[in-house]
Amino acid sequence: MTQNLNEQMIWDALQDVKDPEIPTVSVVEMGMVNRVTVHGEDVEVEMTPTFTGCPALDIIRENVRERIAREKGVRNVQVRFVMDPPWTSDRITPDGRLKLREFGIAAPPASPLDVPPCPFCGAEGGDVDNLFGPTACRAIYYCRKCKQPYEGMKKV
Amino acid sequence: MKFENAEQVMQNREVHQALVRWLYQLADDELVLGHRDSEWLGLCPDIEGDVAFSSVAQDEVGHAVLYFDLLHELGEPDPDNMAYERSVGDRFNATLVARDNGDWAYSVARHFLYDLFDDLRLEAMSDSSYLPLKQGVAKIRREEFYHLLHMRTWFVRLGQAGGEAGERLAAGVRKVWNDLADLFDFGPYEEVLLKSGIISFGSEELKRRWTERVRELFAEARLEWPGEFPEAELKGRRGEHGEEMKNLLSTMTEVYDLDPAARW
Repeated sequence: MTQNLNEQMIWDALQDVKDPEIPTVSVVEMGMVNRVTVHGEDVEVEMTPTFTGCPALDIIRENVRERIAREKGVRNVQVRFVMDPPWTSDRITPDGRLKLREFGIAAPPASPLDVPPCPFCGAEGGDVDNLFGPTACRAIYYCRKCKQPYEGMKKV
Repeated sequence: MKFENAEQVMQNREVHQALVRWLYQLADDELVLGHRDSEWLGLCPDIEGDVAFSSVAQDEVGHAVLYFDLLHELGEPDPDNMAYERSVGDRFNATLVARDNGDWAYSVARHFLYDLFDDLRLEAMSDSSYLPLKQGVAKIRREEFYHLLHMRTWFVRLGQAGGEAGERLAAGVRKVWNDLADLFDFGPYEEVLLKSGIISFGSEELKRRWTERVRELFAEARLEWPGEFPEAELKGRRGEHGEEMKNLLSTMTEVYDLDPAARW
């Protein structure tokens, strides 16, 4: 007797799909999954992009589709990106924030004008080095204590 | 009037026509400026500037894609086709964004003064009667915050530095000024856009709010106010474009034209 497919199983499976640019954080922890709907053997995953111009969207869509298709009993998978509600950095889960720091990226600060603490030594009072970083969602800061630059997710 | 989706707009011919033309203006502004931004890669005075312009380019092109997607839902061709195959006379971006990058101070002045305009234009759409546009705009505004902050920092810094930096910024501002009348042109359907609630205020009000904000910033950056906008040399919003736009298009479509069906 096989267990019926349910939404929790899909949420669990989505934990395996990581952000292609931050491989320790899943799309669920990143707050990119709005809704999961299961109708019999058909699954629909509604997601929201972190940034409109994020070049990783197609990769994420394909990775989600492929991972869910591997679940027992799944026949069709639909992945949709929607703009409403818009993604904000507040959607990153507490686990997601912790894993970002473990990867060496500061979690988003409370206000866009605040500098987040250094993810390596925890020191406050860093400087903004560049509002723009290696990806659209990150900025570069400088830690006065470790004397080295660090990346942080932008508050949006 | 409220339009929940494309189907509802398409039942009203007048609003449909005005909305499509408006979205082309928005998409073309962002695509063309995004392309100009990308040309700074490797050429900025410092590496931070390189990274910033590249990141901003990616955002602007992303916003163009969002507008092209909205157009596609309204019955226009697919986004690649709109971006790469439309002839120059069917492009409705402002002349300002198509200008060659020229001096870095000009690029900073252009981007900043455009961003302030775009910020107010987004505000005019933030309660749009066309729901998909209202939702897209909410997303875009969160990203534009950083463009404004970055460009404002450099604009004021160059102005306050004085000397050669200040002179080059002032020269850049004078050059931008010649293209502002065209930037503030909302195209042939402004009345319909206002009446149907696609936008909540028009070009005159936008100009008033823009002028108010820019005057304060000019004082901070120690720049002289250049006065009224002169009449536009080219009307980009009406499909009139010069050599710079033609050259930009031929560069932008160079790879696509080799094999439009190629995938990578």
